[in-house]
Amino acid sequence: MIMRKVLVPIFAIVVFLVFWELLVWVNQWPNYKMASPSDLWPAYVKYDTLFFTYGWQTLWRTVAGLLLAVVLGTALGVLMGVSRTARDALYPLLVGFNAIPKATVVPIMALMFVGQHDLNTILLAFMISFFPIAVSVSIGLSTLEPEYRDILRALGASKLMIFRKIALPKTLPEFFGALKVSVTLAFIGTNLVEIIEPHGRGLGHLFDSAKISSDYPLMFAVLIVLALMGILLYYVVVALERIFAGWAERGAD
Amino acid sequence: MRKIDNDHAAPITSGAASSGASATHTDSSTQRMENALIDIRAVSHTFQTDSGPLQVLDKLDLSIAEGQFTAVVGPSGCGKSTLTRLVAGLLKPDSGEVWLHGELVKGPRASVGMAFQNPVLLEWRSILRNVMLPLEIVPERVPAAEHEERARSLLSLVGLEGFEDKKPSELSGGMRQRASLCRALIHKPDVIILDEPFGALDAFTREDLWQTMHALRATEPFTALLITHDLRESVFLADEVVVLSDRPARAQYTLSVPTSSHERTLDDLYTTEAVEMLAILRQQIQLAQGRTPASHS
Repeated sequence: MIMRKVLVPIFAIVVFLVFWELLVWVNQWPNYKMASPSDLWPAYVKYDTLFFTYGWQTLWRTVAGLLLAVVLGTALGVLMGVSRTARDALYPLLVGFNAIPKATVVPIMALMFVGQHDLNTILLAFMISFFPIAVSVSIGLSTLEPEYRDILRALGASKLMIFRKIALPKTLPEFFGALKVSVTLAFIGTNLVEIIEPHGRGLGHLFDSAKISSDYPLMFAVLIVLALMGILLYYVVVALERIFAGWAERGAD
Repeated sequence: MRKIDNDHAAPITSGAASSGASATHTDSSTQRMENALIDIRAVSHTFQTDSGPLQVLDKLDLSIAEGQFTAVVGPSGCGKSTLTRLVAGLLKPDSGEVWLHGELVKGPRASVGMAFQNPVLLEWRSILRNVMLPLEIVPERVPAAEHEERARSLLSLVGLEGFEDKKPSELSGGMRQRASLCRALIHKPDVIILDEPFGALDAFTREDLWQTMHALRATEPFTALLITHDLRESVFLADEVVVLSDRPARAQYTLSVPTSSHERTLDDLYTTEAVEMLAILRQQIQLAQGRTPASHS
């Protein structure tokens, strides 16, 4: 069990790295075309403090944006799941908002909240990641089979009671499914701001400076750290899911 | 709406009488049962659908005495489920009245237990906690100290002893339905409303559950309204079978199933009496569907 859960993914990552290294080596690509995994290590050693400082900035701002997305996305989802009118009114707005390329929002936000870099970054991470949560929660709530409601309603249970005892826990698997998508989206949001709007913070900034100084291995090194942080946060969500919605998981095999 | 042709109805009634089952015609002028636990009086209901109004019930009369098990059969989509929602107080009729225990039903009330074709168990709760769910809403109906004990004894009565801590997903469809029946009974409801609870089960499991219903009734007497498509089920479980007409539904025909001196077994479904009753019901269903019934010998 542990073999399969831990060793198999690690083995797959090792295979991937070896393949990458071989690809670069066989083609004899220069590192400005594609850096190989063996080029990355020196970059990490050379800039280790930068990676920690910038990595932390990216991580906490992403998590903050994600938490905001969870709170407001869930609230919107509940509203749309409970009220048909709210659903009809809000869906086109939300879809429209979601369709706007977030890169275009970055300069607007920068003007709106001049100098408040952390706020800008968190808000963008939120904006890009709340949509899946809102939609999943609303669908989870609105597709609740009427019989579930009826067994408690027939006893005179209040709407709030039905929501708390049945609707909310029943929607948790959908919520966590959406949260897994939102985690990676939030990272994209944070880095959009960090790369497009240069204000000297986060891994996006490190990437940007690497680009300016033509340090190609460093650029790749940043990307790998971002990927690792995405994986880390994803598994945090998986762990939370197991605690709060473990019942939805069917027995393995 | 549809008047029953007397030429068809007459031989059926006599056939039933000769086999020991008494059958009565019901219409809006039927005299009202005294001391009825559930009394449905001239209830009409119309749904507003996208394609215009759809009348499902037309001055429907139905009485169920305390402790009586009544089955309702009828053509598909004739408003049987609407009837259960009216009795449960989940729906208000456009006209007419539903009385329960001498009180006019105006909304949901704690004295009703429900079970559906879908067992609707909460997947995140153990079987025991699922069965105890109604007591979280209406705890006062059973003394607090007896809550868990009562749930456990009901579960063992339906053969689920040892499964109390399992999750619903670990149980078969029939077992889940058994748990759902326990949940319907946990708060000692005055009436349980069963909306095709055995409809989705395979034939053997269904027959097992019929026996379970009899066992439950022997230990835990209850009043029941059963909606079903299965005529054998209605005759095996109920004291009275009501045939509804096609939409808009009225009570078209009522069949009293004679109480047997011994506990009912599946063999009782193959006696001459039972075969007669089933034939009558089948003819009534055909009438309700607007077809001419096959000749009855």
